[in-house]
Amino acid sequence: MPESLLYGTEVVLNGLMAGVLYALVALGFVLIYKASGIFNYAQGVLSLFAAMTLVGIMNGQIPFAHLINAALGTEIHHFGWHINALVAILLTMVVMVGVAWCVQRFVFRHLIGQEPIILFMATIGLAYFLEGLGDIMWGSDIKKLDVGLPQGGSLWIEENTQWLGFGNENFYGFFLDRLDLIATVIAALLVIALVAVSQYTKHGRAMRAVADDHQAALSVGISLNFIWVFVWSIAGFVALVAGIIWGAKSGVQFSLSLIALKALPVLMLGGFTSIPGAIIGGLIIGVGEKLFEFTVGPLVGGATENWFAYVLALIFLVFRPQGLMGEKIIERV
Amino acid sequence: MNMMSDDGWVTEDGRTIGGVMLDLKNITLRFGGVVAIKDISFNIRQGEIRAIIGPNGAGKSSMLNVISGFYRPQEGEVWFEGQKRREIQPYEVARKGIARTFQNIALFEGMSVLGNIMTGRLTHMKAGLAAQALWWGKAQKEETKNREFVEHIIDFLEIQSIRKTPVGRLPYGLKKRVELARALAAEPKLLLLDEPMAGMNVEEKEDMCRFILDVNDEFGTTIALIEHDMGVVMDLSDRVVVMDYGKKIGDGTPDEIRNNQEVIDAYLGVAHD
Amino acid sequence: MFYREAGDIKTSYVADSQTFPIAFDRIGYLCVIAVAFGVLPFIIGPYWANAVFVPFLIYAIAAIGLNILTGYCGQVSLGTGGFMAVGAYACYKLMTGFPDLNIIFVILLAGGITAAVGTAFGLPSLRIKGFYLAVATLAAQFFLVWLFNKVPWFYNNSASGQISAPERSVFGVAVTGPNVEAWAKYLICLGFLFVLAWMARNLTRGSLGRSWMAIRDMDIAAEIIGVNPLRAKLTAFAVSSFFIGIAGALFFSVYLGAAEAGEAFGINKSFLVLFMIIIGGLGSIFGSLAGAAFLVLLPVLLKNTFVGLLGWPTDLTAHLELMVVGGLILTFLIAEPHGLAQLWRVAKEKLRLWPFPH
Repeated sequence: MPESLLYGTEVVLNGLMAGVLYALVALGFVLIYKASGIFNYAQGVLSLFAAMTLVGIMNGQIPFAHLINAALGTEIHHFGWHINALVAILLTMVVMVGVAWCVQRFVFRHLIGQEPIILFMATIGLAYFLEGLGDIMWGSDIKKLDVGLPQGGSLWIEENTQWLGFGNENFYGFFLDRLDLIATVIAALLVIALVAVSQYTKHGRAMRAVADDHQAALSVGISLNFIWVFVWSIAGFVALVAGIIWGAKSGVQFSLSLIALKALPVLMLGGFTSIPGAIIGGLIIGVGEKLFEFTVGPLVGGATENWFAYVLALIFLVFRPQGLMGEKIIERV
Repeated sequence: MNMMSDDGWVTEDGRTIGGVMLDLKNITLRFGGVVAIKDISFNIRQGEIRAIIGPNGAGKSSMLNVISGFYRPQEGEVWFEGQKRREIQPYEVARKGIARTFQNIALFEGMSVLGNIMTGRLTHMKAGLAAQALWWGKAQKEETKNREFVEHIIDFLEIQSIRKTPVGRLPYGLKKRVELARALAAEPKLLLLDEPMAGMNVEEKEDMCRFILDVNDEFGTTIALIEHDMGVVMDLSDRVVVMDYGKKIGDGTPDEIRNNQEVIDAYLGVAHD
Repeated sequence: MFYREAGDIKTSYVADSQTFPIAFDRIGYLCVIAVAFGVLPFIIGPYWANAVFVPFLIYAIAAIGLNILTGYCGQVSLGTGGFMAVGAYACYKLMTGFPDLNIIFVILLAGGITAAVGTAFGLPSLRIKGFYLAVATLAAQFFLVWLFNKVPWFYNNSASGQISAPERSVFGVAVTGPNVEAWAKYLICLGFLFVLAWMARNLTRGSLGRSWMAIRDMDIAAEIIGVNPLRAKLTAFAVSSFFIGIAGALFFSVYLGAAEAGEAFGINKSFLVLFMIIIGGLGSIFGSLAGAAFLVLLPVLLKNTFVGLLGWPTDLTAHLELMVVGGLILTFLIAEPHGLAQLWRVAKEKLRLWPFPH
């Protein structure tokens, strides 16, 4: 095989793995959107918040220590214990359910029936609020998150793919990060689980009923409040998983919240209402942006990943406004 | 009953009905597999009040949407004022002189009554961006001139007192009237009314009937309306089209329709044995 | 008695459609203008100019621009930062390319260039609606900022990648560059805001404004009654971008003096201006000003209270600010979606009837 093709393949593989992560984050959006019509811009900040909370709990940080110190003149910072990663993840999940409940109780319950665009702007406000809250609770410094996931390139894959170069000395086999591989597996499992939950369980069915028509759902005895808290909790869970993976990769810091911005074009491409759309959209964008950066990037100065997904989605939408798999919009008067 | 000829006739109450203004030829409209309108032809004459009736889901509103250019029929031709209409955007249809009201009130909720009616007048306003930004001669003159016309409509429909009220605060009956005012502000040649009296009480219906007749009389506007109240339809209209399941099952004067067996069956139901 | 419309009878349609129909409002407005132009320039110091007035005036222009697009025409844009960057870089290229061109024209031209770019990015709005469009405008934001960072032509190959404004003057008084007096900065921004706000007011009360609002309130019905959606949406994008471009040009040349696209015009700028119009009031010129004032003053206030008075660390205050801003957005969206402008209107209506409750 020629060298460029080999490197191209490596790029595609890496793109696919990034794509699965995008799909995971995008799924968080789709679920909330389907169940409540809310396009949740705060999903990324939710991830950041979850990852911060996880690190905080693991390291035994005292929440709001910074604020308390400033207000009372004390100098507290840590409880002085360390908590096992698994327990910490469970505790974080409890916090995320709490957040879900608060978001539903104090914000979106008061916005039922508002136009989608108002709800969207509310989630931007929510994103700011949560970001501020996370920083005040746990501090805004860059934190290391280590829950025991393996890091670094996978030698096994490198060694076992070297033969593909057929004697080409410059080719040492595919370089794939082990964390990426694990992340892909986790994300893929989660995607399957989410699809299963929404398609085959009682709550999943209720969720879809609410999405279709919340008044009709109410009339057959589905608790809207419960469903919405349930959905926000799932979103919190997805956010936590994405936060763990991303946090383990590049540390817990503000830029983590930007994965939401990566998921938006995925949704536009896939259609806001379609679970398969989110998955396929994620893969297309993951591969597309890596390939574009690999081929065109060097010609225009690089960093095209910042905007490629958006421009692709934009061009695509002009030709197919409902996205790849979204429901066709029939306008009526 | 007077003789009906191709060039028109004079009605019993002395109004002149002219030649064909709008001619629909073999219109078929499909949404995916659903056929909303199936091979329907009928015409609307200059100066007449034409009713379209039929049970729910018969395709009446779709028909109005075809006329106002919002839906594009897969087959058939629309002829307006002797010319075959090419495929044009709804706003271009409006500029050619077809205005309408909507079944579910479609007022601009963020604006006042006056603002809504002035919006109906947009087809007559031409001032450019720069002139408007600087509020220069033409823009201001145009605004004043059109405001005068709109005030005329406001007087006509007796809604002076709510001129500056945001439409969101109005009761249902008045909203319907404001919608009529907005359509009239465009000085249409053909006015389409989609269930103008739905959900009104008897008194409001009487008012609305009077307005419709007055509009036809004073402005000479041709009117096509969808209505469920048979009494109203029979009293108001010169000719009636009856639709059922997307097909035309009757077309004629109110008297003819009243005695049409197929129409009676469609409305009362017929025993299938 | 004051603040009454009784006896203030309009005898022509021109008088009836004026900006301030109530005499008391007119007088109040003239007083504000008089103080802003006649008194403040003589007493304004560098701190007040740089921390409060100049940013307020510039953000007010941007907020009016975004309000035209979002508040009046209903097209939510998250690309404000990117369009401000277009204004800034256009201004820089014109300043350095045509050193003899008066800065006023440079800024106006920069606005014009931004209008053209904005219209191009507005084209998808004909097919995409609601938050699909909002997300699509993010494409403009990211692409434009990337472009200004990566193409050296835009920053004249400067080593730092920054653009910095050379000295330019109006009537012999420097308004850009390192040696600008506080009052000159203040006055040029005020002049632009005054003229642009007046133009925005004219546009929104005329036929174009009505076609925007018709599209906003019910786009399908608007189209059927004769509003050309292409023209309405694209003019909204053009006018809005013109305003935002001028704001960007002023922000760079008069306020900052030197700028870098990602830092000065990032996505946070887009959100900031959006928040201004949500808090101030969608679809209101006054609201744009109120929202800009509010969000410019808020951090100053928080900083002075917590850092100055209580001695808290700055970063903690910055985090607190995020929470307060986010919380305010939520509060306004829940309790008063029409923002400060609506609160003001309600207050005025009460005042009109005072002392009787109804």
